[in-house]
Amino acid sequence: MWSFFHKLGSPRWFYRISGQWLPWLMVISLALLAWGAIWGLLFAPPDFRQGNSYRIVYIHVPTSMVAMGGYVTMAVAGAIFLIWRMKLAEVAMRCAAPIGAALTFLALVTGSLWGKPTWGAWWVWDARITSVLVLFFLYVGVIALYESFENKQAAAKACAVLSLVGLVNIPIIYWSVEWWYSLHQPATIKFTSESTMHSSMLRPLLISIIGLYCFFATVLLIHMRSEILQRERTTKWVRELATGEK
Amino acid sequence: MRELSLSGVLAGLVRRDLQVAIRSRAALANPLLFFLMVGTLFPLGIGPEAARLGPLAPGILWVVALLATLLASESIFRTDYDDGSLEQMLLSPVSLYLLALAKTFAHWLISGLPLALMSPLLAMMLQLPAAAMPALALSLLLGTAVLSQIGAIGAALTVGLRRGGLLLSLIVLPLYMPVLIFGASAVKAAAEGLPFSGQLAVLGAMLALAVPLAPLAVAAALRLSVDQ
Repeated sequence: MWSFFHKLGSPRWFYRISGQWLPWLMVISLALLAWGAIWGLLFAPPDFRQGNSYRIVYIHVPTSMVAMGGYVTMAVAGAIFLIWRMKLAEVAMRCAAPIGAALTFLALVTGSLWGKPTWGAWWVWDARITSVLVLFFLYVGVIALYESFENKQAAAKACAVLSLVGLVNIPIIYWSVEWWYSLHQPATIKFTSESTMHSSMLRPLLISIIGLYCFFATVLLIHMRSEILQRERTTKWVRELATGEK
Repeated sequence: MRELSLSGVLAGLVRRDLQVAIRSRAALANPLLFFLMVGTLFPLGIGPEAARLGPLAPGILWVVALLATLLASESIFRTDYDDGSLEQMLLSPVSLYLLALAKTFAHWLISGLPLALMSPLLAMMLQLPAAAMPALALSLLLGTAVLSQIGAIGAALTVGLRRGGLLLSLIVLPLYMPVLIFGASAVKAAAEGLPFSGQLAVLGAMLALAVPLAPLAVAAALRLSVDQ
């Protein structure tokens, strides 16, 4: 266990091992995403009230969940970096931010597209929508803060502090639909009790969610690998990798 | 040399900050003038009719007060960073956590407290019903204290940067939003004759969370800003 933890501190080891995982992860995530999308968009039954427009759920819910999960990933990586000064955690934190911001943006756009046929408006200032918008702002703030430091070591520490502070927003998003009586429907997938969604609709949704989490991991690994190469460009192993010399 | 007790050091720090603010006057007056002037923009933009301004007044007052504290928070650590006092604080045996708390408290005394006390004046000009005045002053009293804590985190993160001003608003405003929601809703409830103690309780809870936790982030941010 501890040797694994220590090995994680070595960018070279991570680069080699992630190169082995990457093809698998890529195939699994694309397969799951395609499976979930085809099942959800073509074969799942239409909704009793919303008809076919509800099918955007198979994109909207996974992106929203991974957008939040991505923020937690970023903040946890930031905490690990602050506490143990682990280089790899710093890279993970920095690379999770743009991916998470993009997913949050997608969640907002798909939510808006879904809102038009169901609520009759592209945008409503509902508790959950607003708090997801705040999540987007938090991501953007972290990225802007990182870019404005010239000393990247200080930038990473500053972003770690900021992302930990912004973590307060995550429970607000999660429970906003229960705390405030809002237009947005409450959670339909529950871990503790029976889901309020029929299994024929729920199963493709779960597959899409798992698929998007895998996709997030894939993109994160690709980003991290290129970031590592750039940071370690002066070391011997990267030069050997680039020139093919031994 | 005279030995200083911990409370003596903290009280001295607060007293020094207050003295600097009172002597230079700008730190004290500028947020208040900003508050008044931006408040004046709204009747000019929206129209002076009481029927239209009155319902909007709670939101306008809170947004303007929030922007005034945002602008003021940039200066919390600025002069101390420029003249090297901040490095002395980091070197001193007193915990940076407590020093950060004292600095933030002094800053609230300079910016937030006068703002809360002066808010009824602008509120009257914006046709806020008189019944909502206590809610406005109380919610600003609690709310600006939370805003000062959050603003101190942003100020500590950006104090080492040459152009920190706009960046500070980008990273601090998302964290300000929950305070604005409950603050403005307390005033709105009071204006409509509804009870507002619930919203004040939430603001108090935010303050109770921010006071012990925010100085942790401020201290970490000050260390990295001075180190770089």
